[in-house]
Amino acid sequence: MLTQTTSVPFAASPGYFDQRSASAKTGLHLLMAAMSSMFFLFLLSYILRSQVSDWEALSEPWQPLAQTGQLWFNTALLVVASISLELARRSIRQPERGHSRELLMLAGLSSIGFLVGQLVFWNFLTTRGFFADSNPANAFFFLLTGLHAVHLVGGLVAWIVATVRLERERREPTEEGLALTRLSVELCATYWHFLLVVWMLLFALLSSSPGTYAAIAKFCGLGD
Amino acid sequence: MAYADDVENEELHEPTSFISKYVWSQDHKVIAIQYSTTAILVGLVALVLSGMMRMQIGFPGSIDMDATAYYQAMTMHGMIMVIYLLTAIFLGGFGNYLIPLMVGARDMVFPYVNMLSYWFYLVSVLVLLASFFVPGGPTGAGWTLYPPQAITAGTPGSEWGIILMLVSLIIFIIAATMGGLNYVTTVLQARTHGMTMFRMPLTVWGIFVATILALLAFPALFVSGLMMLLDKTIGTSFFMPDMMQFGSQLDYSGGSPILFQHLFWFFGHPEVYIVALPAFGLVSDLISVHARRSIFGYRMMVWAIVSIGVLSFVVWAHHMYVSGMNPYFGFFFATTTLVIAVPTALKVYNWLLTLWRGNIHLTVPMLFSLAFIVTFLVGGLTGLFLGNVVVDIPLSDTYFVVAHFHMVMGVAPILVVFGSIYHWYPKITGRMLHDGIGKLHFWITFLGTYLIYFPMHYLGFLGMPRRYYAYEDYPFIPDSAQSLNAFITVVAIVVGISQLLFLFNLAYSYFKGAPSGGNPWRATSLEWLTPETPPKHGNWGPSLPVVHRWAYDYGVPGAVLDYVPQTTSAEEVPVHENDHDE
Repeated sequence: MLTQTTSVPFAASPGYFDQRSASAKTGLHLLMAAMSSMFFLFLLSYILRSQVSDWEALSEPWQPLAQTGQLWFNTALLVVASISLELARRSIRQPERGHSRELLMLAGLSSIGFLVGQLVFWNFLTTRGFFADSNPANAFFFLLTGLHAVHLVGGLVAWIVATVRLERERREPTEEGLALTRLSVELCATYWHFLLVVWMLLFALLSSSPGTYAAIAKFCGLGD
Repeated sequence: MAYADDVENEELHEPTSFISKYVWSQDHKVIAIQYSTTAILVGLVALVLSGMMRMQIGFPGSIDMDATAYYQAMTMHGMIMVIYLLTAIFLGGFGNYLIPLMVGARDMVFPYVNMLSYWFYLVSVLVLLASFFVPGGPTGAGWTLYPPQAITAGTPGSEWGIILMLVSLIIFIIAATMGGLNYVTTVLQARTHGMTMFRMPLTVWGIFVATILALLAFPALFVSGLMMLLDKTIGTSFFMPDMMQFGSQLDYSGGSPILFQHLFWFFGHPEVYIVALPAFGLVSDLISVHARRSIFGYRMMVWAIVSIGVLSFVVWAHHMYVSGMNPYFGFFFATTTLVIAVPTALKVYNWLLTLWRGNIHLTVPMLFSLAFIVTFLVGGLTGLFLGNVVVDIPLSDTYFVVAHFHMVMGVAPILVVFGSIYHWYPKITGRMLHDGIGKLHFWITFLGTYLIYFPMHYLGFLGMPRRYYAYEDYPFIPDSAQSLNAFITVVAIVVGISQLLFLFNLAYSYFKGAPSGGNPWRATSLEWLTPETPPKHGNWGPSLPVVHRWAYDYGVPGAVLDYVPQTTSAEEVPVHENDHDE
């Protein structure tokens, strides 16, 4: 009964997507707030733990993060992903969808490249004997980069949804399909920018010198 | 509001099969019942555990329980009650059922994620319960799970129990986050025509703010839980210091147990309000409806909820006075703790002023609400004792603390849970709960909990320490304390068993209860105005309700009825003929 009385063709409700996209954006913002809380608390714990004498910062000259070339390369990949999603978000609003398809593909591939790059660096650490349990600095490195990667993998699920929607919309263009695709790409872009900022913060912190940690700890009232 | 216009045109996919209707359901009402049922069932496990502990304390040796089992029961009781019962039933149960109905939405905004939230919650409960069956049993580390003892040999369940506990908590946090995104977004984006934020019932405000707290505070438990899990499983030293065990050096060094305490309580204190704020909201609505009075100081109530929520993030270290801290920190945390008393007292005054000259109906929900006010007041006042560093230190780790937190965040919220179930059960099932059984259940529970917890304050003053398996042979504990302990145990067993009355009532009334009609309490808020009771899928039939007023128009001067539903416009209010001039 209910279904029959309220069922109308989709196109009859043009504003439907305004609500749906507003909800989705609010939901994503809340998710990012919760994630920020989590990473912030990890970073505070990191600073606090770094003030104990057994801490061996990974950035010391003889330590693996003295050379950050690989991590800079990974960062560049994530920057490419973020920029291409931003461009995809803009181009999908153009009449012929612009280069959104190629840009979306580039974003996905460079994100996967970032993940592979992180794994390569993990491998580099373990082959040189820097295991998670050998020093708290290493433990934090694996933990924080791992958590960041897990969240990026979650993002890639959304990216797959966006890609599938874009392909479907290209084959059978509908107003519904286009609106859904735009929303997906937009949400992906926001999420990737957020993950990029988180990564840059993590990278900056993980590769900082012990003096920097001491200064931050003192500033936060955590040091001696 | 654009939402309401558009959603009316949305196609409703009503589930047809049993599985999609009751098992893999995306309907907020079914999910709410799934959440509540699971929470109550696991809560019963925790209740039985507390009964076993009381038997050991009151009548030592009367049941087959050694110290290990005692600590395991204590830990599981605490964690289940706080997280898996209270948090789950307030947010997952009442939040799910009431938010969409009270704001006039067809469902939560992300129904699929909402469904996942429940199933993650169920998995977290099963993982937790599985720890009863692993080698070594569940963890006995105390619900605060402080390292290093929580993961060191000698503590019960330090082999597998603690791992399952931490994994379960992590899964629970994922579930709570998925649910939380739904509750907050639904309140922000899916309110119907005319439902402004300041027309929402206080129930919605309480759950809304509590959910924001949950979204920001649960990450702290996630962070600490994950780091401890790594300390336990792969040998990192986040929290584990240099330690000797049985004469040999453990493979840990430099970790900070205090860091865990800070993280845990950064979650743990907001958690108190994650439980309390929904209770505040629900009880405000119960009092208003059953006293036939508009809530006193509605906006003040809202801002009190918000400011309590904000303040709850800057008081956490009052749980750590005895852990050692800079005296200035102690001063800061004592001050913020006492400041919370201001908005909280405002709420208590407003409840009293709502009752003042109200047409008080002593229905079962009202009885539970009144009981809540006095219980919360007692628990809150002892909080003022414990919030002060100098008073806290001698009382710390005594039964005074046990009495305090059971009153304020055990009994008080549970009274609201009961009151709310008696209040909304007619909407959920279409039948009234049995009044006589309800009143019996109320009086046993209310008087019983006072008889249990009030004497504990005295035991605390005597210096009886908490978390002890046995109290024999401590010269400073007089024999009379043991008599009191035996008395408390007897009452606790009676109160525990009397909860069967409630369960019986739930089952009996489902089949035999008097039909309630759509609005048995003559209430104004939207959930009572659904076209069908219980509400069907989509809640509102063909068109969404339109809201013209706040949720508390009781006893409007000149109106014929003593309540005006939220959907009634000013022109539609029936008024007495001779009152037109007023």
